[in-house]
Amino acid sequence: MMSPVSFAIERWTSASRLTAALSAALLAVLVILPLFASGLVVDKATTLFVYVLLAVMWNLLAGYAGLVSVGQQAFFGIGAYFALRLVDFGVPPYMALVVGPLGAGLVGAALSVFALRLKGGEFAIAMWVIAEALRIAVMFDPAVQGETGTSLLALNAFDPELRRNLTYWLGLGGLTAMLVATFLLLRSKIGAAAQAIRDDEEAAGSIGIDVMRIKQIIFVLAAVGCALAGTVWLASAITFQPRTSFGVQWTVFMLFMVLVGGLGTFEGPIVGAVIFFLLQEIFGDFSVWYLAGLGFVAIAFALFLPEGIAGWIQNRSEVRLFVTGRKLRINPQ
Amino acid sequence: MAADMASSSPLLQGVGIDKSFGAFQVLKAVDFHAARGEAIGIVGPNGAGKTTLFGVLAGAFPPTAGTVRLYGDDITDMSATARCRRGIARTHQVPRPFLGMSVFENVLAAANHGAGLAGGTAEALAVETLERTALLHLANRPAAALGLLDRKRLELARALATRPQVILLDEIGGGLTEVELHLLTDLIGTLKGDGMTIVWIEHILHALLRIIDRLVCMNAGEVIADGEPVAVMADPHVMRAYLGSGVE
Repeated sequence: MMSPVSFAIERWTSASRLTAALSAALLAVLVILPLFASGLVVDKATTLFVYVLLAVMWNLLAGYAGLVSVGQQAFFGIGAYFALRLVDFGVPPYMALVVGPLGAGLVGAALSVFALRLKGGEFAIAMWVIAEALRIAVMFDPAVQGETGTSLLALNAFDPELRRNLTYWLGLGGLTAMLVATFLLLRSKIGAAAQAIRDDEEAAGSIGIDVMRIKQIIFVLAAVGCALAGTVWLASAITFQPRTSFGVQWTVFMLFMVLVGGLGTFEGPIVGAVIFFLLQEIFGDFSVWYLAGLGFVAIAFALFLPEGIAGWIQNRSEVRLFVTGRKLRINPQ
Repeated sequence: MAADMASSSPLLQGVGIDKSFGAFQVLKAVDFHAARGEAIGIVGPNGAGKTTLFGVLAGAFPPTAGTVRLYGDDITDMSATARCRRGIARTHQVPRPFLGMSVFENVLAAANHGAGLAGGTAEALAVETLERTALLHLANRPAAALGLLDRKRLELARALATRPQVILLDEIGGGLTEVELHLLTDLIGTLKGDGMTIVWIEHILHALLRIIDRLVCMNAGEVIADGEPVAVMADPHVMRAYLGSGVE
């Protein structure tokens, strides 16, 4: 008989502990930012939170579970729509903006039963079709007034500065909650199973991984996250137009941020979102040329740096800021 | 042992298995059974339907006709995932590691999901399995960085970490050097010693004959011989179909 090996599992490194501590410090600064920063900075930061949240959710789907969706705008839009309707039913607006995404999660759970039966490109396109179908369905609601859309007028009752800050905190709180949830999920055995499915779905099934259930968990979490981004967007824009909220451009942005930042890395979508945000700040005024430029950047990354910025760094460094895997350390006998 | 086999229902059984892909019939009324603790070899020329039979037994796809039973229970409609959790493990002819994960993470996923273990118990099983399959020193290596022998070991380690009753090995010796094959065959021998039921598809007969109690020969989707290994090898049908084709 073999003597049992004495071992330890390493889940934190000095770098990842430091990152966690710095993240907590950054969070503390961000929480009090509205107390000393200008309204413009607060508005811009809220936009950045929306981008980071969207990128992290798309990366969770495609980078960790192999679910490439071009229809995540379905949840961005339906979350905002649910929030609007909840306010119509008398729910306080900021509560509605939180509960709306949970409703989108239920829609995600129902859709997952059908959508996740499809694979690869079929799933990607089906998600786009679902997003369009939901947009059209929402336009039939008289309250939305078809193409015209509607507004979350209840927010006008708030003092503009208070409204700006509440929306900022909603964005920050939502982003923090989803980042922590994603991190914990990826570190759990569900996260490992999702990556196994991404790498080889049939082999994952053959070692006892419940492929459908794992995909559903990831899909629903990503639905809630994208919907949360949608309600934060609604709270800062106030107007709701189906063509904007359910627009495919949201998925294009997500794709851009994740490809540039690094698919399948925890850091990648955050890096990508910051870059996308800066590009938009600097070149956003050039409208059409700006969009063409984004396209060229995306093509350049796909061709020359397919692993993205974070992926490129990780291929050259052992240091990981966010450790989701497990390292085995054998203790000497 | 023979009396034991006769008295209880087989651990794994396929009855009247037909399998067609489109108009092409790969399996024709195949009957297969494995008793608890038995080690069975399956040989046959390429295209005989051996791997397809594994696919049907492990639940990768349903048979066109026929029944699969585990301990006498009909599992024909059961998914591969559920069958794995009930104790059927398989390795693939071409190893299918999870390339984005480390060797340890590959095996731990099997212990978590296939054996249904959590936390330290799962980790201990994964470590024990890695040690047994001589992969412990590569535990933190990305699976993508492994060579063929280690990929085959990982394929076996992952299957073992699901704690199977029966393991289906699909040409696990193919492509290895003589020394590597010897090491792997020794390992499979220890599994047999532990009482695990083994079904092994292999072209390399001398490795197979070191382990197996019974040999099944397939040709063109049918079982053409089934019995004591030396007798099966001497069967004129087998010699014509298999040995006559110039392999080994």
